[in-house]
Amino acid sequence: MKNKKAFENMIHGIFLMLGLIAVGCVLLITVYLVIAGIPAIREIGLFKFLFGKTWESTSANPSYGILPFILTSIYGTAGAIIIGVPIGFLTAVYLSKIAPQKIKAAVGTAVSLLAGIPSVVYGLVGMLVLVPGIREIFHLADGASLLAAIIVLAIMILPSIIKVSVTALDAVPKEYEDASLALGATPVETYFKVSVPAAKSGIAAAVVLGIGRAIGEAMAVMMVSGNVANMPGLFQSVRFLTTAVASEMSYSSGLQRQALFSIALVLFLFIMLINATLNFFLKGKKGD
Amino acid sequence: MSNIITVKDMCLWYGEHQALKDINIDIPSKSITAFIGPSGCGKSTFLKSLNRMNDLIPSVKITGDVKYNGKNIFGSSVDVNELRREIGMVFQKPNPFPMSIYDNVAYGPRTHGVKSKAKLDDIVEQSLKDAAIWEEVKDRLKKNALGLSGGQQQRLCIARALAVKPAVLLMDEPTSALDPISTSKIEELTIKLKENYTIIMVTHNMQQAVRISDQTAFFLLGELVEYGNTETLFSTPKDKRTEDYITGRFG
Repeated sequence: MKNKKAFENMIHGIFLMLGLIAVGCVLLITVYLVIAGIPAIREIGLFKFLFGKTWESTSANPSYGILPFILTSIYGTAGAIIIGVPIGFLTAVYLSKIAPQKIKAAVGTAVSLLAGIPSVVYGLVGMLVLVPGIREIFHLADGASLLAAIIVLAIMILPSIIKVSVTALDAVPKEYEDASLALGATPVETYFKVSVPAAKSGIAAAVVLGIGRAIGEAMAVMMVSGNVANMPGLFQSVRFLTTAVASEMSYSSGLQRQALFSIALVLFLFIMLINATLNFFLKGKKGD
Repeated sequence: MSNIITVKDMCLWYGEHQALKDINIDIPSKSITAFIGPSGCGKSTFLKSLNRMNDLIPSVKITGDVKYNGKNIFGSSVDVNELRREIGMVFQKPNPFPMSIYDNVAYGPRTHGVKSKAKLDDIVEQSLKDAAIWEEVKDRLKKNALGLSGGQQQRLCIARALAVKPAVLLMDEPTSALDPISTSKIEELTIKLKENYTIIMVTHNMQQAVRISDQTAFFLLGELVEYGNTETLFSTPKDKRTEDYITGRFG
């Protein structure tokens, strides 16, 4: 008996330790980013850093303003959401409520595959198809632009939006839908007036998850956005918060390097904010 | 009394399995008709055929004639949504939408095109009064319906069904999930409702059928074994199987 109890306790201890690994990593990264990110902000000045419009880290008289990156990340994410959410949401309604079982399975597999494609492949296809396409259609000198990044991001966030929304819609009790149909509402009325409102916290969570995915993406957008630190415009070559860190880190030094950590810190705060929002929606779901 | 629903030689299959066999029944308007029988006898399946809720199950096949007001409900000219508006339904488990009490009742009228706030207010109030729940909820119409008790939720569902002004109300064991007090409230309510509505109720509770219904139909293994005046059926059943069932020898 005693032995059994000791064994149980030991196992509990091991599990606790394994669980703490994740917590430890988060804490470690947070602390490291804050420590590494603060000095440059101090030296440059918070306002100048966040709202400075020029990033010239390698010039003789360097300037470290990351407003172009922040705005690019926000615009890029917003654009991806504006294109991706309606497509993803309507796909989810179709898959959950309308599609025959076979089509649901086929599309579901495709969506899972889409989620599994490495981002460098998205970038590659974007580079070879999208960028020249945009150049031709809009008669630009270079198609690598915010628009290209938005389109790639919109496609990349589709799987998370579709999957989470489908799960939320599938969980709507059939009784609600039956009640609506029995009142003489058509199936489509029922989906949009009963099923979707009943699943709204899950769908909101799907959108937030998509935002998180879009704002954190680096590789694919680096390959299609031109990676130049311009203030964002739809057809401008732009640089995101993520790509700003990734593209200069390998050759940076001194204040430049510290500033890159500060950018990472800003990005990290954005992600934290998004996560907090996500938790808020998921909690709301439980409260219903 | 005229018959609002007439059924002739109706059969229903779930895939290969025949769930209803040659059902013939006439249902008089503005009365309460009870369907009784053991679980799996087809009474609920039959009820759900009357407003074509069985259409939602892909493998269902129906033959025979079901007429509502003299018109075949499976005819190609029938608008199933309009049919379901006229033949309302109350389910076994109270199933209010996760919205406010007001929005629950207003859902049907809104779906059918009522937009005026004043008109909706009237319909909501009248429906809640007709379902004998107005006094309990009039001060919290904007509160979520899921906060009501089970019995209140079921009366709300009745109000929601009444709000689209149906002629017939199908009730699928509406009290089986409720406590005795809520049950008797719903029973009183149904008796009152038959002044204006035709009520068809599936019940697993024979006392309930005796208490409230005018006609009773006894289903067994997909067949309609016996149908007639409730008092007659329970006092002098014609069929041996009916007698066995109502005296509690099986089921």
